[in-house]
Amino acid sequence: MVVQTARFAVTGLICAALSLAGTLSAAAAELRIGLAADVTSLDPHFLNVAPNNNAAWQIFDALVHVDANARLAPGLALSWRAIDPTTWEFKLRKGVKFHDGSDFTAEDVMFSLERPATLAASPGPFTGFVKPIAAKKIIDPWTIQLKTAAPYAMLLHDLNSIFIVSKKAAAGAATEDFNSGKAAVGTGPYKLVRFARGERIELARNDAYWGGPRRAAWDKVTLRILPADSARIAALLAGDLDAIENIPTADLTRLKTNANFRLEQKVSWRTMLLHLDQYRDHPPGLGDKSGKQLAKNPFKDARVRLAMSKAINRRAIVERVMEGHAIAAGNLVSPPVFGHVDALNAEAYDPETAKRLLAEAGFPDGFALTLHAPNDRYVNDEQVAQAVAQMLARVGIQTKVETMPASVYFAKARAGEFAFALLGWGSFSGDLALRALLATANADKGYGAWNWGRYSNPKVDALLEQGFATLNETKREALARAAATLALKDVPLILLHHQLASWAMKKDIAYSPRTDEYTFARDFRPN
Amino acid sequence: MPVFIIRRLLQSVLVLFFMSLVVFVGVYAIGNPVDILINPQADQADIARAIAALGLDKPLAQQYLIFLKQALAGDLGKSFAYDIPAIQLILERMPATLELALLATGMAVLLGIPLGLWAGLAPDSWPGKLIMAGSILGFSLPTFWVGLMLIMVFAVELGWLPSNGRGPSTELLGVAVSFLSWEGIRHLVLPAVNLALFKLSLIIRLTRAGTREALLQDYVKFARAKGLSNARVVGVHVLKNIMIPIVTVIGLEFGSVIAFAIVTESIFAWPGMGKLIIDSIKVLDRPVIVAYLLVIVSLFILINLAVDIVYSLLDPRVRISEAKG
Repeated sequence: MVVQTARFAVTGLICAALSLAGTLSAAAAELRIGLAADVTSLDPHFLNVAPNNNAAWQIFDALVHVDANARLAPGLALSWRAIDPTTWEFKLRKGVKFHDGSDFTAEDVMFSLERPATLAASPGPFTGFVKPIAAKKIIDPWTIQLKTAAPYAMLLHDLNSIFIVSKKAAAGAATEDFNSGKAAVGTGPYKLVRFARGERIELARNDAYWGGPRRAAWDKVTLRILPADSARIAALLAGDLDAIENIPTADLTRLKTNANFRLEQKVSWRTMLLHLDQYRDHPPGLGDKSGKQLAKNPFKDARVRLAMSKAINRRAIVERVMEGHAIAAGNLVSPPVFGHVDALNAEAYDPETAKRLLAEAGFPDGFALTLHAPNDRYVNDEQVAQAVAQMLARVGIQTKVETMPASVYFAKARAGEFAFALLGWGSFSGDLALRALLATANADKGYGAWNWGRYSNPKVDALLEQGFATLNETKREALARAAATLALKDVPLILLHHQLASWAMKKDIAYSPRTDEYTFARDFRPN
Repeated sequence: MPVFIIRRLLQSVLVLFFMSLVVFVGVYAIGNPVDILINPQADQADIARAIAALGLDKPLAQQYLIFLKQALAGDLGKSFAYDIPAIQLILERMPATLELALLATGMAVLLGIPLGLWAGLAPDSWPGKLIMAGSILGFSLPTFWVGLMLIMVFAVELGWLPSNGRGPSTELLGVAVSFLSWEGIRHLVLPAVNLALFKLSLIIRLTRAGTREALLQDYVKFARAKGLSNARVVGVHVLKNIMIPIVTVIGLEFGSVIAFAIVTESIFAWPGMGKLIIDSIKVLDRPVIVAYLLVIVSLFILINLAVDIVYSLLDPRVRISEAKG
């Protein structure tokens, strides 16, 4: 409660300071933002992909929000507590109004939590986030209890992904009703005015927004869909847009030195890493330098994995390939994220030790392998793969690079066609990243869905299970850190770098950049 | 003529059938859209359920038969990513692309034929040489580079025209068009010029070559000897005779502008069909890819039909019943 009061006081101060700034730039009443990816639907429960979620966040809220550092923050739920190991009670924010003027109550929460399961034909459903909820109970219009089958700490994170829609407006609504605006009634800072598919989304300020006028500083917001980098940057330079997201590294320097624009950057939650096949005796693409099969799979030897990690000069990749817009990674998650271990540093570049380790492991002459990577998915993905290949070649590992579009790449990767493959991973927390990337693959428990190398360590699995059943955030973070430290000691995969997310805008606009890479109109302010 | 048209249309149905089969198998061979679209955190059970919900767990032959049955009933399926009928998605983007294609082709024809004639009639004059040199540039500069330069010069540096996007659209006979407003025209100019440049050069060169050849023919000498005015010799006799190859090329180019204006549409963020097909291929949205290609093939068939009919109007010797295939 003390914390709550302090929060209000601080918010009040900031509001006062900003309302002054706001009155000075009445001309900047419209904000035009260039987005880098197409929004396919405004139905917030249809397809769980970042561009659609980004659009939905302008219009809708969730019970639990995450702040700029990807840490949990109150959203439509003002507070929550576990009343027993499997029951969570949420106190909802009172006095919140939907865009159509109706009141937000626990009924809308019930409806929104049930809706994802009713949308059958989705290639990327939201059902995974509501599946752990075994029972729901409305205590009063502003209190709701959620029961899980077993103690489950990730519930709060999952609830961050379920947008709360108005039961009145969305009952029986199809995707098309959301696109037309009929059902797209949320509690978010902006109301939907018009959705021109593939072109633009027009929004207007929600004067009744519970976050206050500070979070809805613009009368009108237009989100333009501009997937071509050159078009997005040209539109900003020409003054057709006020702000853009996702700046290619090559243009960052130019925008930085241009006095008319401001650049905002923040370490993204996305970590680039290389998966190593540790389960097959003869993984595809591996052989000695004359192309003959190796006697054993070198990746099964931790010394080889460590040698490969030491052979990679991460500073060179960060400075040259990423032109300074990344930081070398020693963790599965980037620094602000839950479960980051400060003590784990990026592996230092040490080619001599790498060669010695390879010799000790029985590969004094190295071996040959193929590195697979997508070429249209991550920032400079193909160039990063090329750089890694050259660095490995220097310690005697002859590396061939094969790249392909993401649409082909991920299907092949899931089918196990790669032995050494590039992956970028964004997670709310270190234990979630571990569960997907390094936990022993188990379809029933949903563990290891992206564990391409099939690393398996029962101790890590046990720590993860213990963590997910621990409802105390501090204890859970300690367990997540312990699990990460334990797993990464084995070098089960090779960490490369954390990307920096970038936004560029006109000089008179300010933005609070976010680790989750989302571009929220509510975080832009006249400066 | 009606017999000819009916036979043509029957052939077209066969072409459409084979095309849909090829695309279906091709997209199937690339991969599975669920792998790309599903939340990375989803567990194996969710992935399996999503695949089943889209019918992608069935054998390919069965999937194709289902598609065929629905297609015959006029339903080309719902887009996986957009969750609305694929054909609706394509038709709502079509006016933007058609508008751009018509304007670009119109510019190319209206400028290309007179300039080509000029260059053909006076090949050694400096304007003739200048036109030819210009057409070489139009041919050889890549579209994306010219597009970027147009944006840098006219939008970023000079600020005369908007850098990209489509202007506000108004309804004309139920179709959303943007060329009726000043703002709409301002948005159209740069992408249309960019798209027209290559076609303009092509038409200039074709017209010039045809004119040079026709001028040496006996009928031109005879017309001159008969004392016809220069305007009538060039405007009627020469022009009519060189039009057949030009009409063919205009027809083909018009089709390819509609189908493959992708580069220009991307650079200028023009919300047309080209952008849609690229996005759909990226996520393997099969219903949209198949429907798009069916629409494009139908367009090509119609354009070719129109070209054949124009032939017979231009040259009475071409009997339309003979123009098979």
